[in-house]
Order: sequence, then C-alpha cells, then structure tokens
Amino acid sequence: MKDRLTIARQFIQALPYAQALGMELTELGAGTACVSMAWDARFVGDPASGVLHGGAISALMDTAAGAAVMSHPAAPVSTATLDLRIEYMRPATPGQRVSARAECHHVTRSVAFVRIIAVDADEDRAVAMGTGAFTVDRPKAVCA
Amino acid sequence: MKRPEPVQVVKSRRDAALAALVGAVPYIQFLGIRFDRRGDELTAVLPFDPKLVGNPMLQALHGGVTSSFLEVTALIGLSWVSLWDDLEAGLIDPVAVAAGQLPPLPKTIDFTVDYLRAGLPRDAYARAKVNRSGRRYASVQVEAWQDNRERPFALGSMHCLMPPGPGEPGE
Repeated sequence: MKDRLTIARQFIQALPYAQALGMELTELGAGTACVSMAWDARFVGDPASGVLHGGAISALMDTAAGAAVMSHPAAPVSTATLDLRIEYMRPATPGQRVSARAECHHVTRSVAFVRIIAVDADEDRAVAMGTGAFTVDRPKAVCA
Repeated sequence: MKRPEPVQVVKSRRDAALAALVGAVPYIQFLGIRFDRRGDELTAVLPFDPKLVGNPMLQALHGGVTSSFLEVTALIGLSWVSLWDDLEAGLIDPVAVAAGQLPPLPKTIDFTVDYLRAGLPRDAYARAKVNRSGRRYASVQVEAWQDNRERPFALGSMHCLMPPGPGEPGE
C-alpha cells in the first residue's frame, strides 16, 4: 500500500494550476501540510527586482491550506476556500524556493480554520502569513 | 485656445502606456491576463485556460488563480491611476513610458479574498476601485465576475505601500 504522503503528493500534482506553478507537497501530518515551489522567472511580479508576484505566493499558500484541511482527522471529502487573508511581510528573495506551511487548527461540522506561513531559505523571517476559512464537505453517509 | 489633440494621438499614447505597464510583469503574462480600457476605466480579462483549474472534477478555477487575478487587477488599477494622472498632466514622458521606463509598482501589504462561488471554466473579468491613494498607503477594492456582472464570484480588498515619489527617500 502506498503511504499517505505519496497519495497526497499525486493528488496535488493532479491539480492543473499546482502543476503549472511546479508545486510540490513535502510534508503531510494530521491537519498540517507543507507545499513548496521553486523561483521561476515567469512568476515574477516586479521585473526590476525579480521578486515573485504576491499572487503566486497566495496560490502556494492556498494550496497548502487546502492540503492541511484534507489531511485533518475529520476527513472531509472535499474543501473549497471561503476566505483567505494574507499579510506580505517582506519580498521572497529571488532565486530561492518558497515553502508554505499550513495548519488546520480547528474544524467544525462545516468549516475549517487554517493558519499558513510562507518562508524562503531564511526560515526565521516569514515572507507572508495567512489565515483562512475553508468549507468542509462531509461524506454523504455521515450527514444522513 | 489650444486645439485639442487628434483622438488617435491621445488613444495611442494611453494604450502604449497601459501596454508597457501590463507587459512588464511576467506573472500577468503567465496567467494570460489582459486589460480593456474605456477612457481611464480598466477591465481585466482572464481568458479560461485548462492550466488554471484547481478542481479537476468540477473544472473550477484554482483559488490561487482567483486571488492572483484579483491581486493583479488591484495593483495595475492602482498604478494606472497615478500613471494616468502623471501622463495627462504631462509630468512624465509618454515615449519613455512606452519604452518601459515605468514608475516603481506599489507593494502589497495585505490582501483579503472573499470566495463567493466557484470560478467556472469560462473567461473571468475584474475591476478595481481605488478607495484611497495617499502618499504612503493605498486601499483598493476589487471585484471579479464571469457570466453575470451582478453575481461576482470573488471580492478582494488590498492595502498597499506606495512607491516613494521622485526625490523622496525609499523604505
């Protein structure tokens, strides 16, 4: 039997936009996930400095958050973002990989709450932090 | 009284400035976003592409595509307001702008996205509204819709740090 990380990794890689940005799931726990992507000239937002666009970082953080929700022991069958707020503390250093670590810290019957932190090679200084609310779609049998 | 400039001259100056502003950002090109202009009003257009999907079962747009689309629209919308004002006032050289000598872009401080409904596998549109553009900070709202203008599928709210003006010290 394939392990959870391998299955989840294949799941993430099957999402077209995650694939387009070259995202890779590196860790998966019980309600936690880490997804990373390499710097790429195509994803740059500020041509003068070569810094990645905030939108690319938010896509990475959204994906990590979704993976954290799916990995939660509450075992939703699917999830969608309701709301996501991201604070951009500093530009990600050009050329460096960016990783988003998400923690689904609370789940109710219908909503999952997630915190996300994005870092580059300098892991002590966060690039961005986010908080989000996600839908929790339960298996049909449980709802009945 | 000064004779008004021929309409083609005005149009081409404005369109060249917009094309330079949008064309300079690689991530906008990667997403395939373009901007339609009516006077100073911009509408961002995101043509559907299979690579933008986040849920293969529903063929729904990836949440990150939606947030990227909103963020791009808000930042370009904000930059365009000041670029337009400077251009129309003759404070900057339109030839230099068209050649890519653009003022620095504002920096996002924070961005909040409200996902109202799933993004369908169709073209999406967005418009930004600059609620405040001060010397240092700006606040921008942005709305995206698909088939029906009255049913937006995502809303965004952004705070930005404005680039220092000429002669002002940077961060």
